[in-house]
Amino acid sequence: MQSLRKNISKIIATVFMGALSIFFIIPLLWMVSSAFKFEKDVMRFPIEWIPSSINVVNNFKAVWMNKVPFAQIYFNSFKVAIIVTVVSLIVSTMAAYAFTKLKFRGRNFVFAILLSLMIIPDQATLIPRFMLIRWMGLYDTHAAIILMSMFSIYFTFMLRQFMAGINDEYLEAARIDGAGQIRTFTSIMIPLCRPVIATVAIIKFIWSWNDYQNPLIFLQTKSLYTIPLGMTLFRDDYTTNDAIMMMAALSAIIPLLIVFVVLQRQVIDGIALGGVKG
Amino acid sequence: MEETKASYQLSKHAGKKFWTPQRKEALVGWLFLAPEIIGMLLLNVFALGFSLYLSFTDWDLLSGVSGIKFAGFENYVHLFEDPTIWKALRNNILYTILTVPVPIIIALVLAVVIHSKVYFKDYFKVVFFIPYISSIIAIAAVWSALFHPSLGPINQFLMDLGISNPPKWLVDPKTSLIAIAIITSWAGLGYTIIIYMAGLSGISNELYEAAEIDGATGMKKFLKITVPLLRPTTFFLFITMLIGSFKVFDIISYLTEGGPDNSSTVIVFRIYQEGFVNYNMGYASAISWLLFAIIGLITAATWKMRQDDSF
Repeated sequence: MQSLRKNISKIIATVFMGALSIFFIIPLLWMVSSAFKFEKDVMRFPIEWIPSSINVVNNFKAVWMNKVPFAQIYFNSFKVAIIVTVVSLIVSTMAAYAFTKLKFRGRNFVFAILLSLMIIPDQATLIPRFMLIRWMGLYDTHAAIILMSMFSIYFTFMLRQFMAGINDEYLEAARIDGAGQIRTFTSIMIPLCRPVIATVAIIKFIWSWNDYQNPLIFLQTKSLYTIPLGMTLFRDDYTTNDAIMMMAALSAIIPLLIVFVVLQRQVIDGIALGGVKG
Repeated sequence: MEETKASYQLSKHAGKKFWTPQRKEALVGWLFLAPEIIGMLLLNVFALGFSLYLSFTDWDLLSGVSGIKFAGFENYVHLFEDPTIWKALRNNILYTILTVPVPIIIALVLAVVIHSKVYFKDYFKVVFFIPYISSIIAIAAVWSALFHPSLGPINQFLMDLGISNPPKWLVDPKTSLIAIAIITSWAGLGYTIIIYMAGLSGISNELYEAAEIDGATGMKKFLKITVPLLRPTTFFLFITMLIGSFKVFDIISYLTEGGPDNSSTVIVFRIYQEGFVNYNMGYASAISWLLFAIIGLITAATWKMRQDDSF
């Protein structure tokens, strides 16, 4: 009796949540359906969820093969996101290793200082960063964006938490076998950290892909734009053609959806591991 | 510092046993930390200090470093007299009120329901989470079409319901910020749910079982066990979302550029406009310090709240 009641309430809750969850995908379903439509049908009401006439090829062409170099912008996004991910992982794993497994005076002090720096908001330092980049001659290059995103105390912190849980005996065994510090780091520590490194890498990739502020400040040449900034080109050029805008929006998030669907556990765990954008 | 000293001594005492294992470990340690430390010092500490210096100057960037003129407190005086700053501050506070407490409460309830009371748990986790990982700019593009004042599906729907004069959302100064708050709350809810679910999985089931034996109902269990035990999670979400709401920029820059009539302008957008559109680097730096001060105050105040145990 008790369990039957429990099951019924569970079914009711599931149905209710199912209805609620529709609110969270409806805008995205609308985006997908609009990307397939002719411009004149996008705003037709009631909404035609399955378009009666399909214009997907032309919308696709307008996004990918037109004066806005979307294919180039796409390539830029991959390039920047991959380099940012790799470089920032190298910086953060090295720092995390030093903080957890190398013993030397001052390391806890440095860690405390680095943590306290997390309260400095990115945007409060934007003006000097901009000057620095200009002074280094990196304005309007991808290197500027990479430099801005490659240091993250937040990721160092996540990696440090994980490494702290790894038994020192593994590392000592390697050392007894004659491995140096660097060897121990690359061939023992890194493989042991593979799960957390994968998680951090995915999160970093997603954030870098979605970054709008840094490209906006540090890039000028349109052919260097990454996707979020590239969206502004569509807004300016096709402000009235919502079908093309929706095709552009869909194109912008498809790689993220693929990453997410394939690796949802890692993405969700990575976010849950600590949360905020560093 | 220690590295250079060490290598200097190495050459001096060459041959003697200077490189003890401890020293070697320390050297490797500092080398491994070096990139992060240098990056952080340059991009945060030095940059913040430099922006403080600039905030006391008058500089348009284009005239080169020699064009930097000392201006005393001029920028800060201007800050107090500038109506758009007050408007930005007011908007930031309104935006915080709209995007922090309500989403936290909704997410808490949804997380509890998903955690223990539904089938297909993973499905719900994923669905609520999709907007969060999707590019906020792409999301903004979708919502700006949905919010179209006369043709958009949202207003068409409202008119179908008999509302003859639905809000004009992004193009009306009265509602632009509310529309943006709706979009960001919608997009961020999945994140808040996920953090709460992580917190929930840390609460032992035995507590609930014990409470059931004592005859506690669902609501009582929620209020007496779940909410108090999730306090650290709530605190974490509260402080990070509060700070995040004062840093909002990209969606505003893309959707409204602070308009119409400055109705959705915020502090960071003012920094962007003064610095990178008008090239008032000195004034933009002063606004940067206003932002830093606000975030410092929030951090200190919430930290104190936690120590007083009111959280």
